[in-house]
Amino acid sequence: MALLEIDNLHLAMRSFDGEAQVLNGISLSVDKGQVWGLVGETGCGKSVTGLSVARLLASPPARYFGGAIRFDGQDLMQADEAAMRRLRGRRIGMIFQDPTTNLNPVFRIGEQMVDVALHAGATDPAILGLPQGAPRRARLAAARQLAIRMLDRVGIPKAVDRVDDYPHQFSGGMRQRVLIAMALIGKPDLLIADEPTTALDVSVQAQILQLLYDLVGEEGLAVLLITHNLGVVAQICSHVAVMYAGNIVESGDVRSVFKQPGHPYTRALLAAVPTVQSVRGALQDLPGAVPDLIHPPPGCRFAPRCALATPACAQALPAPVPVGPLHSVSCLAVGAAA
Amino acid sequence: MIVPVLLGLSLLVFAISHLLPGDPVALAAGPQATKTEIAALAHELGTDQPLPVQYWSYLTGLLSGDWGQSVLTRRPVLADLRIYLPATLELVVAAMALAIVIGIPAGLLSAVFVDRWPDYLSRILSLGAISMPRFFLGLLLQLGFAMQLGWLPLNGRYPIIEDPPPFVTGFLSLDALLAGDPDAVWLALTHLALPAIAMSLSPLATITRMMRSATIEVLQQDYVLTERALGLSRWLIIFKYVAKNAMSSSLTVIGLYVGWLLGGSVLVETVFDWPGIGLYATKAIVTQDFMPVMGVTLAIGVVFVLVNLVIDLLYGVLNPKVRLG
Ligand SMILES: Nc1ncnc2c1ncn2[C@@H]1O[C@H](COP(=O)(O)OP(=O)(O)OP(=O)(O)O)[C@@H](O)[C@H]1O
Ligand SMILES: [Mg+2]
Repeated sequence: MALLEIDNLHLAMRSFDGEAQVLNGISLSVDKGQVWGLVGETGCGKSVTGLSVARLLASPPARYFGGAIRFDGQDLMQADEAAMRRLRGRRIGMIFQDPTTNLNPVFRIGEQMVDVALHAGATDPAILGLPQGAPRRARLAAARQLAIRMLDRVGIPKAVDRVDDYPHQFSGGMRQRVLIAMALIGKPDLLIADEPTTALDVSVQAQILQLLYDLVGEEGLAVLLITHNLGVVAQICSHVAVMYAGNIVESGDVRSVFKQPGHPYTRALLAAVPTVQSVRGALQDLPGAVPDLIHPPPGCRFAPRCALATPACAQALPAPVPVGPLHSVSCLAVGAAA
Repeated sequence: MIVPVLLGLSLLVFAISHLLPGDPVALAAGPQATKTEIAALAHELGTDQPLPVQYWSYLTGLLSGDWGQSVLTRRPVLADLRIYLPATLELVVAAMALAIVIGIPAGLLSAVFVDRWPDYLSRILSLGAISMPRFFLGLLLQLGFAMQLGWLPLNGRYPIIEDPPPFVTGFLSLDALLAGDPDAVWLALTHLALPAIAMSLSPLATITRMMRSATIEVLQQDYVLTERALGLSRWLIIFKYVAKNAMSSSLTVIGLYVGWLLGGSVLVETVFDWPGIGLYATKAIVTQDFMPVMGVTLAIGVVFVLVNLVIDLLYGVLNPKVRLG
């Protein structure tokens, strides 16, 4: 059994114009030690997938209407808020895109980290290195020490002096390091990183990626790395899932997917990578636009833009077809060829 | 900053009160007074001097603690203020404390439960509180809690038949506390309750609304999602991490309201027969007694400037960027 199993998850998001079918039955399983890249154009549902795993989408607007998410065997769709809080910041860590807006500007970073450490310690006292029921003062001191150790770990120089600084006293890259430290305080088993380097300078991006790569290796974390940058996937992921308009159209180990992309969309994506720094928005080589998710096309959602489409493509959503030991593609054209 | 503000203020009140028509000295001397008697009184009070001379002597007097004489009470204005200003300040402080202690959490909760019943309740109540005139609310409170239920005294600051605690700060409740007299504390607080409530409702409503809209905005911020993703509890996030971010705008309102309540205290003081600067200034105005009017205006100005200095410091506490910038 994998650490994280997303099974045929369906999600609709209510908005002003109507209800968008944002996740159209996605399945993904992430094992310990695997680093999964989740790629796709903007709006295809990468972030909502990550947020769904931590159950951080408010209902409304979110409405789940099918499927399951299992974390270490626990059905998260049935878990209540208290159960989810025992996982968040403890067994599931998260990092987001913009380090300038993700740190609370009016609190010292140490104070925020201490609260996170205390929370993690409340679920598992071993994290603070204290026996069960240690007095509050001891827990506070241990939480602060842990915060300093974590800052040191993510490469903040002079962590002891910096722990009482405010977020604006750090550069963007340093802030992202602080956020990584916070996400790792609870010694998580799964790290969800939603475009952790997108908002950073190119030179800093590489440093943060290297840091993540090292930490993941040392801790044996399972990672879900959300990105629209295939270069990033090639650098640090072991596996990749390609999303298009709420579906995972292709998934597998990075080497196989990049070498033998099966889905026409994956091929277009790979063909559209001019540099390491990919451009957001429409793909140049691909005609048409991303479908309207409020009135999605029937069957394969990529069919209206696909050169290989046949009338059958609009009939039903194509099932994933294995094309390699770990590699599968959801496309009728590929299924017919196989 | 404080010096030019107060200098300007003193010049303004001096000019206005001397440009008003009427002869306060004649009024004070009484209807039977002869011309010579009036002239003698004018000379005694210095009102026969040219205006710039009068202003200069007023200004130098201010600095040396001589704030002039009340023509009516024949007492030094500063001595009167020493009694009446604390009475009003006690009322304003109590009213603002109520408004802050209730308004901040009410606004937070209203935002958290936006468009659900706690939000509707708080919005309806604050709209009502803002639209209700304070004197009318005061009368309603008297009718309900003093006359019908008999829980609280109708008016006044302290029972006339009792001796108040020894004068230290002029805040009766505080003086009673300093005197270690729990009965006196209780008496002072029960007298304070109704006028403070009447005075607090509009700042309470405004703070609730400011806090609500600021909180709604803060709840959209990325760091709130990060804090939730890190497992922090909902209430820790709201009452610690969100509240501190949302409080800046309420702070501005608090500063403005202190001045507004001080200047407008007369309505509540009249209804509750509260012996504060509002009543004192009103009596002085109708008898054209300039010195107390100027004294009260200056005192309000000083308090207002001081309060806003404190508010500026608090901005720095709430937002570290302000402090360092
Ligand atoms: N809070 C929300 N309310 C309504 N619709 C939403 C909300 N959040 C996301 N959506 C919709 O869900 C779809 C998927 O959004 P998501 O943020 O997951 O995209 P993404 O793949 O992460 O894109 P990006 O690369 O821009 O981050 C989009 O169509 C978006 O409009
Ligand atoms: Mg996203």
